[in-house]
Amino acid sequence: MANIEAAREPCAMANSLEFDLSKDSLRDLNLFLHRDAHRSGVTEVVVNHPDGAHSIACGMNSPTNIQIHGHVGYYVAGMNKHASVTVHGNAGPGAAENMMSGRVHIRGFASTAAGASAHGGLLVIDGDASLRCGISLKGGDIVVGGSVGSFSAFMAQAGRIVICGDAEDALGDSLYEAVIYVRGEVRSLGADARFEPMTDADRKVVAQLLALAGMSFDPAEFKRVASAKSLYHWHADADQEY
Amino acid sequence: MCGIVGLLLKKPNLRDQLGAFMVPMLVGMTERGPDSAGLAVYTEPVREPLHKLSLYCGTQVVDWSSLVTDVTQAIPSAYQIEVNGNHAILTCAADPDAIVGWLATHRPGIAVLSIGQSIDLYKDVGAPALIAERYHFKTLRGSHLVGHTRMATESAVTPAHAHPFTAGRDFCLVHNGSLSNPHLVRRKLEPLGIRFETDNDTEAACRFFEWRLREGDDLKTAVQRGFSELDGFFTFLMGTDQEMLIVRDAFACKPAVVAETDAYVAIASEFRSLAHLPDIAHATLFEPKPEEIYSWRI
Repeated sequence: MANIEAAREPCAMANSLEFDLSKDSLRDLNLFLHRDAHRSGVTEVVVNHPDGAHSIACGMNSPTNIQIHGHVGYYVAGMNKHASVTVHGNAGPGAAENMMSGRVHIRGFASTAAGASAHGGLLVIDGDASLRCGISLKGGDIVVGGSVGSFSAFMAQAGRIVICGDAEDALGDSLYEAVIYVRGEVRSLGADARFEPMTDADRKVVAQLLALAGMSFDPAEFKRVASAKSLYHWHADADQEY
Repeated sequence: MCGIVGLLLKKPNLRDQLGAFMVPMLVGMTERGPDSAGLAVYTEPVREPLHKLSLYCGTQVVDWSSLVTDVTQAIPSAYQIEVNGNHAILTCAADPDAIVGWLATHRPGIAVLSIGQSIDLYKDVGAPALIAERYHFKTLRGSHLVGHTRMATESAVTPAHAHPFTAGRDFCLVHNGSLSNPHLVRRKLEPLGIRFETDNDTEAACRFFEWRLREGDDLKTAVQRGFSELDGFFTFLMGTDQEMLIVRDAFACKPAVVAETDAYVAIASEFRSLAHLPDIAHATLFEPKPEEIYSWRI
């Protein structure tokens, strides 16, 4: 049972606080995380029985360690800044959407648009990610232990996506400067995405991101996908056939 | 936006609890669909030549026993009626099409929501929790059911526009999403003598699949054919007397989660409608992949 009052006056032992969403309201949890978590001295917040609730730990702005035990709904850790959020379960659509910094770790699978538009931070998904993973990525890093669905990294502008499994259709369609590293099969590349040779620098990046994610694949097994940049400028002669 | 729920019980000894398991699933989808709700429940089937018709009278006051007297005179048969608020289930050996025709002429205010040997159908406008209570959904028994909570985006909020939609016998469909070519589908089906009751996009999909079933396709083949005929966003959940089937469009725009254990297959738009189910912690959970057809038989 969460005891918010006690948390506001922390004693030496009280640096971990539990919320049980079968009894405590989501609003109380997020209010505590937004307003009180940082100044309360609580360094770890444990969330039990999330039962698919939306927007858990959304809009964090402090370096709190949040451990969620169970499956979550839409937008977990959306807009995350500084916090480290671990979901010991699956995540609904839009996990870590628009993350600015910090770390979000989904131990199960993630639904559509995981890490969409993330500007910074690291999103780790141990299982599969559904369609549109990393869509419009703007500088964050994503490591997926499993496979990703179609249209992943669509229009991704900056950042890196490491995919340890396979990718379905249209990977990296209309990519800008983001780079994708994929270990398994790619069913199809999107428009303007192409395979490029792996350099030592690429292998170093993959090794570093895998280490941060706690995954132990060989960086030599990954292929690099990046933008051919043929969509960067308008070509009247192309007649819209790319 | 809408919410869909489906539940198929693998163990016959659980069938008395079908409604009790389902009500929190339906109510859990209230935020996705607060304006209407409905469900089709597949019960122990009646035997040939019996059929069941689910009837709906809306806000009218109907004397159901005089309706039975009148229809018995017009189409002689033994009729049984079970009234549940403004819904009633009429069971008889007479030709269901003849009864539909008779109702259209003599009781035009009464809608026939479903026809079959196993299906009972309830739908109405209002909050899912109120509808569940109004028709005592908690007490429903059966092998499987398909339910829906609606947030209308493309046609009116009326009982007729609520889901599930039905066509033919023992077939129903619920839909989360929106079709972009329902009028095209309709223009294809109407010349074949297929009649529509509403201007709702989902009805076009329902009648398309049912037409394919009548033409000899099995449900999977009909759905496969639908990929090239139906354009738009959809997560469709369908029921027949033997089967429950789910399919999502190529872009998987509308969510769905499946939970499967030895005892049941439960489907909902979101996990929060499944969290209360027994043994959910040990269920196999997955999201249906785009354009992959998943079905389970009773």
